[in-house]
Parts: sequence; C-alpha cells; structure tokens
Amino acid sequence: MSAIDASKSSLNLKSWLAEHGIDRLLFLVIPAFLAMLTFFIYPTIYGTYLSFHPMDKSGALGNYRSFFGDPYMRDSIWNTFRIALPVSVINVFAAIPLAVRLRHRVRGKRTINTLLVIPMSLGTVLIAEGLSAYLAPNGWLNRTLLATGIISQPLQLLHNFWGVMISLLITGFPFAFLLTLSYISGINPKMEEAASTLGATPWQRFRYITFPLLTPGLAITFCLNFVLAFSVFPSANLLGNPAGDSHVLAVAAAQAISSKYDYSMASAISVITGVLELAVVAIVLIMRSRLYSGSTSGGKG
Amino acid sequence: MSKQHFNELHLKGVSRAFGKSVALSNLSLTIGNGEFVALLGPSGCGKSTALNCLAGLLPLTAGSIYLDGRRIDTLPPERRDFGMVFQNYALFPHLTVRQNIGFGLKIKKTPKPEIERRVNAAIDLVQLSLHADKHPNQLSGGQQQRVAIARAIVIEPQVVLMDEPLSNLDAKLRHEMRSEIKRLHRELGLTTVYVTHDQEEALSLADRLVVLHDGKVQQIGTPEDVYMNPINSFVADFMGYRNLISMELLAGGSANKYSLTSSGIELTASGIFSGATVGKVLVAIRPEDLLIEKSSKNNIACTVKTIEYQGKDFAVEVSTEQGFVIYVRTPIRLEIGEKTNLTVRPERVMVYPESNN
Repeated sequence: MSAIDASKSSLNLKSWLAEHGIDRLLFLVIPAFLAMLTFFIYPTIYGTYLSFHPMDKSGALGNYRSFFGDPYMRDSIWNTFRIALPVSVINVFAAIPLAVRLRHRVRGKRTINTLLVIPMSLGTVLIAEGLSAYLAPNGWLNRTLLATGIISQPLQLLHNFWGVMISLLITGFPFAFLLTLSYISGINPKMEEAASTLGATPWQRFRYITFPLLTPGLAITFCLNFVLAFSVFPSANLLGNPAGDSHVLAVAAAQAISSKYDYSMASAISVITGVLELAVVAIVLIMRSRLYSGSTSGGKG
Repeated sequence: MSKQHFNELHLKGVSRAFGKSVALSNLSLTIGNGEFVALLGPSGCGKSTALNCLAGLLPLTAGSIYLDGRRIDTLPPERRDFGMVFQNYALFPHLTVRQNIGFGLKIKKTPKPEIERRVNAAIDLVQLSLHADKHPNQLSGGQQQRVAIARAIVIEPQVVLMDEPLSNLDAKLRHEMRSEIKRLHRELGLTTVYVTHDQEEALSLADRLVVLHDGKVQQIGTPEDVYMNPINSFVADFMGYRNLISMELLAGGSANKYSLTSSGIELTASGIFSGATVGKVLVAIRPEDLLIEKSSKNNIACTVKTIEYQGKDFAVEVSTEQGFVIYVRTPIRLEIGEKTNLTVRPERVMVYPESNN
C-alpha cells in the first residue's frame, strides 16, 4: 500500500516539476547566475549601500543632499540628457530610411552593412582619438571646408558639446541600424503589397503600415541607444569639455573618485544615473505597451 | 457595384523572366467585364506570376496589358484600381477588421460617412458584423479570409485578383468559402481573375479556365470544354485523366473510328487530337469513364488488384493479363482477385501525339 502511495507521490512530484519546466537542463543556468551574482547583483547592492554611507558622516542621504545642493553637480544631469536624448532620437530616425532601403536584396548590401558596422567594432576610445584629429581646427574636415570656401573660420567641433555628439552618433548608429533592420525584416512585405493594391503610395504604405508595425521595435532601439549614450564617458573626456558642458554624470562620478577618493559619492552619482535611466526606459516601455506589438507577419494567427 | 465600367481587359504577350528562367511566357488573353477567369496549373506553372503582373507587383519583361484602350502595365499597383486577395491574406495586424476593410477608402480620401456606410455594407456582405472591432489575430482562418475579400471589394475595383485564397483552409471551410465567392461574384458582378492549383475549385467557380504549364498557356476554354476535351496530354493528366497509355494508332482510321492497339488492349476512338498520327500515340482515359461491364467493343479483360473505399464510390486498381495497371472509379462493389471486364465509350478515349508532354 505505502509503496504504491510513495510511487504515486513521486510521480506527482515529477509531473509537477515537468509542468514547471524544472529539469536537469536547469543546471546550465548556474554559471550565468553566478556571474550575474558576482559581477552585477553584489556590486549593485554594495554600491547602493555605500551611497547611503557618506565619507563625512552626514547621514544616510548626505551624498544625495550635497549632489542636489550643488548647482555644478546638478547640472551634470541636464548635461547628460542634453547629449543622450538627441543622440538616441537622431540615431533611431536616421536608421529607419537606411533600413527600409536595405531590407530587400540590394546590390552591394553586404558592403554597405560592413561599412556601417565597422565603427561598432572599433571601440569608443579609438573613434574618439580618430575624431580628435579629424575634427581639429587644422584637421581634414576644417581644411576641406576652408579650401572649398564653404566656411571662412574653422568650425569649433572639439572639446565641446558637438565633439561628444558626433562621436556618439558614429558609435551608436550601427546599433540602431542593425536593430531596426532586423525589426523591419520581420514585417511581411506582402502587407505593403496589399496596401499598394488598395491605392496606397509608397509614402502612405510607410506611414500607415510599416511605421506603426515598426514603432515597438524602434522603442527598444531607442532605449538601448539611450542607455549607451547616457553612460558616456570616454568621448566626453576626450572630445568634450569635461569641466564644462560635457560634465556628464559619468564624468562627475569619475572625478569624485579620482580627485577626492570619495567612493561613496561616486556610488550615489551612479545610483542617480541608474534611476534616471530606468525612469526614461520605463516611460518609453509604457508608451510602447499602448501600441500594437503583436505579430508582424500578417499570416494566419 | 463597379463604378467605372470597362469592356475588356486585354493581356498581350505578357511575359516575365527571373534572370534566365522564364516564369511566364507570352500570355495573351481577353477578359470581358464581369467574367470569372481561373488560372489553373500545378505549382511553378506561372499562374501566380501572371496575377502579380496583372496587379502591378511584378514588372513585365515583355508584352503589355490594356484596359479597353488604355495601357496599364506601366502603372504602379496603387494606380491600377485592381483589388487583390492574397494567399496568406496579408491583413494589417495592427488594425481592426473595420479599419482593415476601410483602409483603401481612407487612402482614397473618401468622406467619413461614406466610408462608414460602405464598410458596414461590406462587413454585412461577408457576414462579419459580430467581429468588426476585433483584430485579425483574433479571427479564424475563414474569417480572416472574409476580411481579405471584403477589403479588396469595398474599394469597388475594376478587377478583383485572387491568389489561391482557399489553399490555407480546411476542406469543409474551403467548400463554404467557395460558395461564398461564387455568391459574391453573382451579386456584385465583379470581374475576377482567380489563381488556383485545384481543378475542382476552378471548375466550380470559373466561367473560363486558362490552364498553364511551364509558363505557357496550354488551353483556354469553358470548364466543361477543358474537363471533357483536354487539348493535350498535360491538360488531360492535370484534369484527372489518370490512365495514360502508350498505344499504336493503326492506319486506315476515319472519322468516328480510329483503331488503337497495345499489348493486349484493343480500343476504338471516335476522334484524335491534332498532331496524333499513325504510329505511336498517348491515350488518356478518365477512371470515371471506365465502366465495369462486358461489351463487344472496347473490352478490356482484367483482374482486380486493390480497392479503396471513397464514400460515394470505389477507386479500384485493376491489371490486364499483360500486367498493365488501369485505374477505375465505380460504384460497384468488387472483390480483390476477381476477374472482370472494362469498357469505355469511343468518344471518351482521348488520343494525343506521343511526344506532346
């Protein structure tokens, strides 16, 4: 009797485990989980803890009070947004026409793709170095523009807002383009054909069919680009004016460590950065959830 | 319902090649207003290519298309005013049924009250009033199909093009939708070009069939014409003439009486198709045209090999003494191994030139 009961309950347990997707394959998750724990979860918790314990023992919120109390520090939030928001918007919208054009088989598609993706593989520091030579008052760009008479004074593109902006556009665009291309390739081209037989011109097909189906993907593309641009550090330092209008949050945190050895303050700035990033991403995702975000294949459901 | 009447849609030598492979060659066809034409053929025969050329989704490599006197093959699809129903429906997933159907009218800047009225009429016509505010992914295949049809006809197009619209539905629904399409065509009188690989569908819907093979037109005719008198052995094979027998046409034949022979089979045919000459020919006989009875003429002695029960009748495979296999459909219940006799009326024996296929 009891043997039967025992086998029955072990059967129940087995089917319960199977039902909830628990099997031996789950062990494969362990390395990734350990890595997350060691390199992400623990540092995050420790950093947050640290941020509430200021060096000057001014109470749990001391770091935050002094950050928001100091106009120079407070402005770093605005400095970061002023760069990250336009860069992400421009990258996403610049990627759309190119992705629309390259979604079908086009001659030289591979070459164009490669050219577009190269900046991504070079790394921000290398690009920043290259740009600092290229954009300098006596660099190629200014010399060409001066020689052709388009400008009479060299453009000031380094050690200010524009330098950072240009470098982030170059590094962020390939990301935006590749993501947009994959989203757009997932839209069944038959739907545009159907729209055309219903009288829609190419622009109307994009406006009413492709774009609405692409928007959820664009929201994700924007978020990823925004997060990348928001934590800008190398290009702000190398191409911007880290003491002035490129005094972004990442620079502020780094300076807290390098000039004052104030790990606690740096942690507080990181926490502020994270919260702001999360807030923007949350707003975008909430807006996205109100859009249609189902299948874009247009076949049978 | 069609607002601008045209008299005829004229395809003149329409051809389309993809690189070196020719998908459609030299299709010439005149379609009258209100006509229902089916393009029929196996996959890869060029029928969908022809439809896409008509819709303007594929440019022609040669030939031209005219609507009455006006050349239209140079117009982009949005300026042709041809409605199209796609094989996988291609409904807009982010729009409701109502918005899907109203899309064409909205694009044409039709006044709002008129859109409302016409969309409602179209929804009633395809019997979707209960589902008007759902999204396509909440509908069954048959319902999606109705939306696709309503979306194409609500713009009152000159011509409706349908690309295998029933191929994704199950057998029962396919029959229902077939009657539905027939009814819509009768009620609205819209000129329709319908692509299918299903001969039964084509026979039951169309006023005229165009049978295609390898990008070339094989036969154009009424369903009865194509079914009863396939013009060559390819069309015969495709229309269900399952028995294709190599035979010899004997000399001395005259109208109504041509003698044929093969190992052990002697037949008389009442006519032959052009190109069939004395010597080797291909004979086509439909399983339904073979009768289980002993006759003095066209008698074939045989033994029953297999029997498949198919509801209203049996599909039977018999073999002659020489081992030649013949397919028969008969309501008569036979036994495996039974010896029996087949006969066929001379006018149901199709004689084609040997090398036609």
